[in-house]
Amino acid sequence: MRSFARAVRQAEGAGGASATTAAWPDAVYGVLKDAGIRQASYVPDAGHARLIERLHADAEIQTTVLTTEEEGIALAAGAWLGGQRSVLLMQSSGVGNCVNMLSLLGSCRFPLLTLVTMRGEWAEFNPWQVPMGRATPGVLEAMGVKVARVDQADEVAEAVSAASVLAFDSDQAVAVLLSQRLLGRKKWTGK
Amino acid sequence: MSKPGALDRRLAVRELMVDRGDLLVVSGLGSSSYDLFAAGDHDGNFYLWGAMGGAAVMGLGLALAQPRRPVLVLTGDGEQLMGLGGFATIAAKKPGNLSIAVLDNGQYGETGMQRSHTGLGVDLHRIAAAAGIAAVEIRERAAIAGWRAELHKTSGGPRFATIRVAAENPERALPPRDGVFLKNRFRQYLGFAVT
Repeated sequence: MRSFARAVRQAEGAGGASATTAAWPDAVYGVLKDAGIRQASYVPDAGHARLIERLHADAEIQTTVLTTEEEGIALAAGAWLGGQRSVLLMQSSGVGNCVNMLSLLGSCRFPLLTLVTMRGEWAEFNPWQVPMGRATPGVLEAMGVKVARVDQADEVAEAVSAASVLAFDSDQAVAVLLSQRLLGRKKWTGK
Repeated sequence: MSKPGALDRRLAVRELMVDRGDLLVVSGLGSSSYDLFAAGDHDGNFYLWGAMGGAAVMGLGLALAQPRRPVLVLTGDGEQLMGLGGFATIAAKKPGNLSIAVLDNGQYGETGMQRSHTGLGVDLHRIAAAAGIAAVEIRERAAIAGWRAELHKTSGGPRFATIRVAAENPERALPPRDGVFLKNRFRQYLGFAVT
């Protein structure tokens, strides 16, 4: 297993492209369009900023800002009842807010496609992010959500494409975890 | 503090469902689902048996997906209290075809009639109105018929009504509990094939 220190050096050496300048959010937007996504919802995260912009700019996609991530689970179920595919964007801290609502998906075999930006792992500066970041994959799996983790920028689009097929063609709840290393270091503002 | 209601909840829901036309209905867990089923089962009904706090926002997802059909969320005060943030989400999105009716008995009826926040003076229609949702309080049967005409419109929403009902547990009328069946039945009703 690669040491943490060596991985840090490799990421720094790679230039640490941030999520606001990286190409993968635009590629994911293209994948979502190709998959026929008609609704999107989110509690914002810096890692999703570019994708949220693209979704809001698209008149064919209804984009809804949520007060808490569990609303997005119910919203996705309602959208599917009405014949539409949707995507839910959240940060890993939001996964904990969803737990009981995820039972709706299992009970009714509703599809779910959610893209989760990770906190509490790579170069995290806020220790309060660590517990939920650590628990995120386990919590999702405990509730029957299939989890795919992506660490490389050039693998994001393909992972989202595969997840959308699994979600909407096989009626599964699927979460794609976008690693904090992939998203780049969060910059402190005002310093 | 608001006075408790006197309306019979089964009667109130039957009145709300008269001439339902192409109305799509999502009902919140517990008594609201029993009331909707007792008023007449329908392929355009989706009965929740769980997901407490999710009924209104599930209705939002449905309303956005089906803008040419009126959508009603029928739920209880306890269920809605668990999803108060949904008022803000719905108000910000402004779905013209979505209506929410809360059967408010001021109690958690399923769990032994413990008094709820609405029974302690919190008015859901005032919270909804503050969020920007057109909201009314209904205490009489005649007012239900008036509001019913509104909820069949696919523009002018979202709308909200607190319907003050008596705190009583009528005999249970149990809709199907199989969520996959309910989902497929509903989607077939809208013309989506089960694959």
